[in-house]
Formats: sequence, C-alpha cells, structure tokens
Amino acid sequence: MRILALLAGLALAIPAFAADVGQVKTAHGAVHIERGGQKLAVTPGMNVQQSDTIVTGADGAVGVTFSDNSLLSAGPNTVLAIDRYAFDSTTHDGMFDASVRQGTLAVVSGNIVKQTPGAMRIHTPASIMGVRGTEFVVRVNDAGR
Amino acid sequence: MGAAILAAIFAAFVFFGRESPRTYDETVIILPPPPGKSIGGVVVKRGTEEHLLNAAYASSRISGTGDVQVVQSNPTEVHASFSDVIAALPPRPATFMLYFITGKDVLTPQSEIELQGVLAEMKKRPSPDVLVIGHTDTQGGLDSNDALSLQRAERVKTFLVGIGIPPERITVAGRGDRDLLIPTGPDVDEPRNRRVEINVR
Repeated sequence: MRILALLAGLALAIPAFAADVGQVKTAHGAVHIERGGQKLAVTPGMNVQQSDTIVTGADGAVGVTFSDNSLLSAGPNTVLAIDRYAFDSTTHDGMFDASVRQGTLAVVSGNIVKQTPGAMRIHTPASIMGVRGTEFVVRVNDAGR
Repeated sequence: MGAAILAAIFAAFVFFGRESPRTYDETVIILPPPPGKSIGGVVVKRGTEEHLLNAAYASSRISGTGDVQVVQSNPTEVHASFSDVIAALPPRPATFMLYFITGKDVLTPQSEIELQGVLAEMKKRPSPDVLVIGHTDTQGGLDSNDALSLQRAERVKTFLVGIGIPPERITVAGRGDRDLLIPTGPDVDEPRNRRVEINVR
C-alpha cells in the first residue's frame, strides 16, 4: 500500500522531458521498469530515465551503467527507484538519489561522487547513505512494518 | 452477555487496528576496492546518527525498531548473500587514450592502434556504448578550451563511425582543461594533456 502510494507520487513527478540517464547492460529473469504508470519489459540496451522504478522478480537481476560511469545492480525481489539524477558531462557536477525499498543493491560510484563526494545518496526505509566513493552492497529485508 | 461480546469486538478492533512500531532489517557492506584504488567510504545516516564506513568489509546493520550497529563483515557473508547482485553489475568501463599529431588533424600511429582496441572491446560487452571525452592543455581560456575539447571529441567520433561504430551508440563530451593528465600551471603547452579519452561501457 505504502509502495503504491509512493509510485503514484513518482508518476506525478515525472517531468515533461525525461532524458536518458543510464543504460541497462545486464538483465536476467523477470525485470521491469515502471515509468509513468506503465510497466516496461527490460532488455539490455534499454535506456533508464529519472523517476524510473526498477523491479525484479524472484529470479531477476539487472545492471545499469549511468552517464557518469556509476554502476548499479539490483538482485532478486528488489524495488529500486531512480529518484533524481543530474550530471554535467563538462564540469562533472551532479546529484544522484536512488531508493531501495526492498531487496539487494550493488553500487560502484562514478564521476558525480568523484567530483562531489556525498552527491550520491542511497535511501532505504531506515537510513540515507551518503556515498563518498566506493563499492558497496545493500540489503533491505521487507520483513518489518 | 451482549456487553461481553461488544467488549470482545472492541478489544479485537483496538488490537488489530493499532499502529505497531515499524521494524527494520537492513545491511550495508563495503566491498574491497579494485587494485590501486582507495575507499572514500559511505556515511550511513539514521536520524541524527552518522556512521562512516571506510574500510573493506566494514558493515552497518539496522534491526528491530532502528538500532544501528557497526560490525565487520567478511568475504563469506558477501558471497553467500550478495553474489547474484554483484554478478549483475555491468562490466567496468574500459579506457583508451588517443592523441593527435601536433598541429594536424591526424591521430598518432599508436592512437590508430588504440582505435582498433575500442572495436575489440565493444565486441566483448553486452550492449556496449562509447563515451568520447576531449581534453585540452592549459593554454587558452575556459570557454575556448571547452569548445576545443568538444571539437576534438567530435572529430574522434567521426573516426569511430568510420570504423563501423553506430553513431547512436556514441556520446561526446568536452572537459576543457579540468582533468589534466599531466598537472601544469596555467598557459602551459603540454601535448600529453591534448588528448581524447574513450570509455567503452
């Protein structure tokens, strides 16, 4: 219910011009992207946009390379939202906010963080991670609530 | 009797309708960096609490109603719990460096070989794309160097299209003199900084 409410909110927040911010490089099993109220099947080569929510099934996994060379992957049973992404390819200024509501995430930080440590933030139900430059993994079990 | 039933219904309503406190189960683990790279770390914030994780396998756990613990994880746990998500990470971008013959619109012989390396690298990757990044030395002003670096990148894009890479797979960027390969002061003629970098992703 809470997730539905969040998705409805995100759908309203989608800007008129949603630029491509990354590209799917790996996809296995059941994976889809929720964009503007639509469910899109995911295949390698597909572009990812700000406000997309990436959802994987029990056998699903997906990896995305972003325009600043950040790498993100989601494991099985994961809900990962790309809340906000901006990157200037000349100055490398930018910001990157993503949320993992449940499941697993692996992150290799990219040029946004190299230029501005902390400008990438990963949100979970209980915390916010400010990324200063590193590779790390996150698990959110949705056992709670 | 009727009152007792009503009381039981009321009690059940109170019990099931109550907001139980939310509980959490979250784990973060820092992975060892690739050779030669350092760990900048991750700051885990929960309310006003902050914990910096900046060593390989440093880990935070949030459990129950939200207590944060910092612990040391290990390769066994990472393998057991995260091998599928780590396997799904896209391959790291591969970098190639190209140079023009000074004063000419021609690549150096070594750079011609690098160009073929780009093609070979693309064949190894799922759904590859290419980012072409132009750089200048510190001679000239900011705006003119930004324009010049972008021109160099555009020029290399035409070479890449010429060897068969689809133009829609290529993105260009110009960094001006912000990212010097050889650090110099202002207004320094440094051929090694006048380069074009290619990321195959």
